[in-house]
Amino acid sequence: MDRRRFLLRKAGLALLTILVVFGINFMLFRVLPGDPVRSVIGRGVRITPEAQEALRQQFGLDQPVFPDQLVATAGQWLQGNLGVSWSLRRPVTEVLASKLPNTLILVGLAQLVAIVLGVLLGMLAGWKRKTPLDVGALGFSLVAWSVPTFWLGIILLVVGSTLFGLPTAGVVSPENTGKPLLSVLPDFGRHLLLPVLTLTIVFLGEYMLIMRSSIREVLADDYILTARAKGLSEWQVLRRHALRNAMLPLVTVIAINVGFIVSGAIYVETVFSYDGLGKLFQSSLVKQDYPLLQGAFMLLAVSVVIANFIADLLYVVLDPRVKDT
Amino acid sequence: MSRAQAPRRGALRRGRRALGRNKLGAFGAILVLTAFFLAVCAPLLTQYAPTDVIRDAAGHGMTFAPPWEHGPLGTDDAGRDVWTQLVYGARISLTVAVLAGFIAMFIGSTVGITAGFVGGRADTGLMRVTDVLLVIPDLPLMLVLIATLRQMDLHVSPLAVLIVVIGLLYWTSTARLIRSQVLTVKERQFVDRSRAIGAGRIHIVRRRILPQIMPLIVVNTVLILSTAILVESGLAFLGFGDPTQPSWGTMLNFAFDRSAITNGAWWFYLPPGIAIVWVVLGFALLGNVMEERLNPRLAGHHLEGGKDMVSVQDVTEA
Repeated sequence: MDRRRFLLRKAGLALLTILVVFGINFMLFRVLPGDPVRSVIGRGVRITPEAQEALRQQFGLDQPVFPDQLVATAGQWLQGNLGVSWSLRRPVTEVLASKLPNTLILVGLAQLVAIVLGVLLGMLAGWKRKTPLDVGALGFSLVAWSVPTFWLGIILLVVGSTLFGLPTAGVVSPENTGKPLLSVLPDFGRHLLLPVLTLTIVFLGEYMLIMRSSIREVLADDYILTARAKGLSEWQVLRRHALRNAMLPLVTVIAINVGFIVSGAIYVETVFSYDGLGKLFQSSLVKQDYPLLQGAFMLLAVSVVIANFIADLLYVVLDPRVKDT
Repeated sequence: MSRAQAPRRGALRRGRRALGRNKLGAFGAILVLTAFFLAVCAPLLTQYAPTDVIRDAAGHGMTFAPPWEHGPLGTDDAGRDVWTQLVYGARISLTVAVLAGFIAMFIGSTVGITAGFVGGRADTGLMRVTDVLLVIPDLPLMLVLIATLRQMDLHVSPLAVLIVVIGLLYWTSTARLIRSQVLTVKERQFVDRSRAIGAGRIHIVRRRILPQIMPLIVVNTVLILSTAILVESGLAFLGFGDPTQPSWGTMLNFAFDRSAITNGAWWFYLPPGIAIVWVVLGFALLGNVMEERLNPRLAGHHLEGGKDMVSVQDVTEA
């Protein structure tokens, strides 16, 4: 399969997935029992039948579900109108946009640290096989895989707050709420430390193991022998020749992991009451705020789909062999 | 799917190999067996029921009593015995995981066998569904589904909802694995021979192909179980377990929501977590050891020595 067809197929899959998620979201609203209008205005509120009918018309609920409501909803969503949050009384798009940066910072930092440490430690472990470093790295990875993210978060929360006095909740301290994050950077950093550490540990073990085994395979290749024969130092061989090729498998793993990163964010943000998309998703579930839930689900799913697609693109760039597969 | 099964499993497998096969496999088996022992013998291991409130001499409920006041693991926020909840929780956690795992195994094998054996449009269609399901982030999808199902007033236990949702989502990696194995098995001569003497499709699948891939299905189920335990604990922690039948994840949800942490009640939030790690690690180790024995595609790199190159056929015929 040539590159064009490979990418076209992946793009088609991405599009199909987004359509399926939209379908699930659309269904969700319509299988729920009771009258959506009732749910919007709240159960206790008295309202005349005429006013209810007006609302129904406004939401297009007097139209047949298929195709009119479906088309209307799709049109609104394409314009970026995801409705209004029931609990916050603000447009869903606006709420999502306000939480997105916090989550991106948390998740991005954790991934960065996990990838850098994972590559370094994995490389060392794969190079110095069967040393205590290697065995330690393996043991760590095995246990890290089995630990539930939220429980690890709880443990780190207890340890970090009792031993090091780190804050246990929020993005910044109460007195700093509302200020721009850049102006309260030290405080923000202290709040970030434990959530980032939790997510880093969750991913580090896996990245380390992937790197370890792929560096071992690369080091057995002939071109490494050539590099050594040229008289390069062991470090130069590793850094200049082995590292780049050994990192290829990691790219795919990180891409597959994007969905897992989303789960991690939901757990960690819940444990640390960190005001991001994950916490928003969890609280919209608890409050049964369906427009918000739909919007958050859509955003998370679309991000994962796009990230996967970017990884496919990246893979084609990094590995010319894709052309021949 | 999010607990990125394939690469993680690969990573674990590599880790396992470096640490030695039999010891780790046996260790995994011991971890799993002890957990099942707790679950089965729960009533024999404790004198209380999970809902019993422990009272002191004056008749007051003992809330957050540490282990040195009430053994062996103290009490929770409502004065209930933590050890009792832990052993009964093993029943819930394992039941949910095993049932969900079997649903996933059943769907995954059916989809994999159909796609691989029938081929053509059925294959394309089924694999497209699998691909889409693999890309949608699983935790948000499960939470949305659970929230919807709960709103629908179906009058089923929250545990049943968990089982169905987990089972309906975690079959994708099984389906892919089984499909690729069926594709190779169906090209073998004994299948051709069967076909030549006029055997029907159902017969070929049941008598010729299924026995060949059965070991793979079993191994895959063990690995799904470790994922299912983790996923169940996570969903229960987020409040989607059955509060009247607490699993380990539900216990952690209680501990977190009812200030066990600020009260320093480590005996309430440590044991369920350790139990989860215990079982997940057990299933994962066991599954990986079995997988390496049975799945020829996972045999080692050719430079590491080919002694693991055992095909499924060799194993089943031996």
